[in-house]
Amino acid sequence: MLLAPALLVSAVLFTFGVAGVLIRRNAIVIFMCVELMLNAVNLTFVALAQQLGVAGQIFVFFVMAVAAAEAAVGLAILLAIFRHRQTLNLQNINLLKG
Amino acid sequence: MPAVPLSLIWVVPALPLLGFLVNGTLALARPGAKRAVSIVGVGTLVLAFAAAALAVVEFGAHATAPLVFRYWDWIPAAELQVPFALQLDQLSAVMILIVTGVGALIHVFSVGYMHDDAGYARFFAYLNLFVFFMLTLVLGASFPVMFVGWEGVGLCSYLLIGFWFNEKINADAGKKAFIVNRIGDFGFLIAMLLIFWRVGSLDFAAVFARAPAAFAPAGALITAITLFLFLGCTGKSAQIPLYTWLPDAMQGPTPVSALIHAATMVTAGVYLVARCGVLFALSPIGSATVAGVGALTALFAATIALKQWDIKRVLAYSTVSQLGYMFVGVGTGAYAAGIFHLATHAFFKALLFLGSGSVIHAMHRAYHATHSHDDAQDMRNMGGLARYLPWTWGLMWIATLAIAGIPPFAGFFSKDEILGAAFAEATVRPAWYVFWALGLGAALLTAFYMTRLMLYTFHGPNRTGDREREHLHEAPWSMTGPLVVLGALTVAGGVLNVPPLFGGGALLERWLEPVTGVASRLSPLVEVPHATEWALVVGAVLVAVLGIAGALRLLRPETLVPARLAPPESGFGRILWKKWYVDELYDAVFVRPIVWLSREVLWKIVDVRIVDGLLVDGTAVVTRALGWIGSRLQTGEVGVYVVGFVVGVLVVLVAALR
Repeated sequence: MLLAPALLVSAVLFTFGVAGVLIRRNAIVIFMCVELMLNAVNLTFVALAQQLGVAGQIFVFFVMAVAAAEAAVGLAILLAIFRHRQTLNLQNINLLKG
Repeated sequence: MPAVPLSLIWVVPALPLLGFLVNGTLALARPGAKRAVSIVGVGTLVLAFAAAALAVVEFGAHATAPLVFRYWDWIPAAELQVPFALQLDQLSAVMILIVTGVGALIHVFSVGYMHDDAGYARFFAYLNLFVFFMLTLVLGASFPVMFVGWEGVGLCSYLLIGFWFNEKINADAGKKAFIVNRIGDFGFLIAMLLIFWRVGSLDFAAVFARAPAAFAPAGALITAITLFLFLGCTGKSAQIPLYTWLPDAMQGPTPVSALIHAATMVTAGVYLVARCGVLFALSPIGSATVAGVGALTALFAATIALKQWDIKRVLAYSTVSQLGYMFVGVGTGAYAAGIFHLATHAFFKALLFLGSGSVIHAMHRAYHATHSHDDAQDMRNMGGLARYLPWTWGLMWIATLAIAGIPPFAGFFSKDEILGAAFAEATVRPAWYVFWALGLGAALLTAFYMTRLMLYTFHGPNRTGDREREHLHEAPWSMTGPLVVLGALTVAGGVLNVPPLFGGGALLERWLEPVTGVASRLSPLVEVPHATEWALVVGAVLVAVLGIAGALRLLRPETLVPARLAPPESGFGRILWKKWYVDELYDAVFVRPIVWLSREVLWKIVDVRIVDGLLVDGTAVVTRALGWIGSRLQTGEVGVYVVGFVVGVLVVLVAALR
């Protein structure tokens, strides 16, 4: 099958996710980039499952479940921050410094 | 079998210790309970004397060899085994009799002398503690046990010199005594360690039995040991160069001067040399140093005594001088003569000090009655006291004749024996001619300054003051009583050891033979013909008479004026009055440089700059700087943390893939 192109797409998606987390300031966008990285990994799992057995596909469901839970908690936190500070720009949220 | 087991000898030191505990408690809880304090303080000493006398009689009747009683393991540490053991032999027997006997008399005297003092209970507590430590010193069966007593008497000396610590001069004198004694104690410790290093034991019996085999005669090691031991003696027994503390020690109450700084503690050095006679006999240099320093001190201190005005200071320098005699004796190898002089000196010097205490007591009361602030101890304020203090006057004259060496008083026999032994030794070791001559010169000066003291104190016109004069009275019987007993001992003490020359049996010498015999066999005493001995005796007596007659002829008590009107000393007299400027010399050479070093270097540089500045503050600065650097990493911005996180992951990845 098309293992090499699939892994390539996965690596590109993951890199986009990392770059987004590093560059963007808005918490929502960063959150989305994290999801992007998770799904890049999911793609890798599925691609490799073709050769290494069904365990990779099972793992994808676990990742999705965790990602859903994470999204629920994360969005709730972001909502709370926004209510409190009227912004989601992370440069303005820096109270925990030495 | 003895009727009383001699292993009960521990009772003798335990009684004064009990007295100390009771009186110490009373001093803290009921300082006003003078009656109880007197009964406990004097009672324990009298009982201790009785116990000591009983023990010595039993010992003399049933034993000749030293008896060592081990009570418990004190320092069990591998090779170093030090039991707490007491040793009863002929030498310690003599010493415990002197310590408890003279001690008991001085305790009785103190009841009268200290009666109006607020620190009465504290005084007796210290005095009892002193007797306990002194008995430990002389009864200890090993160097460490002896050292406990040695340090303990030093402590009590310090406490009692500074007894009236409200006045700075007294506290300073106490500190001086303590610090100067530390130098000597250092010598004692070094000697002790050297002995253990070579012999492997610190028990007297073992050390002295193995010493002749363990040490090369006249070798470097034995010489070092004896010299370090003698350094300890110069500190405790106030010999050149460490004698300076003893005259200052007169700041303490007079009974203390009599007991500690004349009769007992300061003779500990003589006792130590006599005890370690085997070691000193093995080292000609060591014993020559002992005799030489003793002879030099005898003359040197006597010259200073010529010009002192404080009655107690004259006696203090006289003590230093007489201790020098004892060291001439024990340094020559005439241990019996040295111990004999120790005993007679304890009698007549205690008498002189208690007599001076009686004089000071009377003077003090007279000045107290008229609220005068004149010095109650300055002889220029006395004069003609014989009328007011007849008992003290008579008894002090007896002691003066004894210390001057006039027959048949006790001092004559003992001093004569020492000088005779020194002269005899000179026939084989010529250095002793010098020591003998120094001793003879000191005898001349002794007779002179003691007569001077008596003349200025008791004869001539009275200079106390017209209003004060009517308050001068003899002390109560509790004070003159001990004087009378000591006077009797001063008169008769010579019978302890009348040499064969006068048809005596040399009792003390034969009694001490089992102890001193070993040393004497290693380095035998030299005998001289009877004719020479007679010439020496006549010479010594002539010198003493010359000294007394010279003082009577040269000194004019009528010309003296009270201290506050007296002109300053001039010429050579000023040098003597200033004690040869030795205190000033020590101050310039040792005290000031040490104070300067402590203040300018140790305090201002080492403590303030290095310890406080570099170490303490420096640690804080470095820690704070590290913390500041760490805190810069904590920006609070998630983005920065993520960068760090990603970089970290990449580094780990790269490292793992390589």
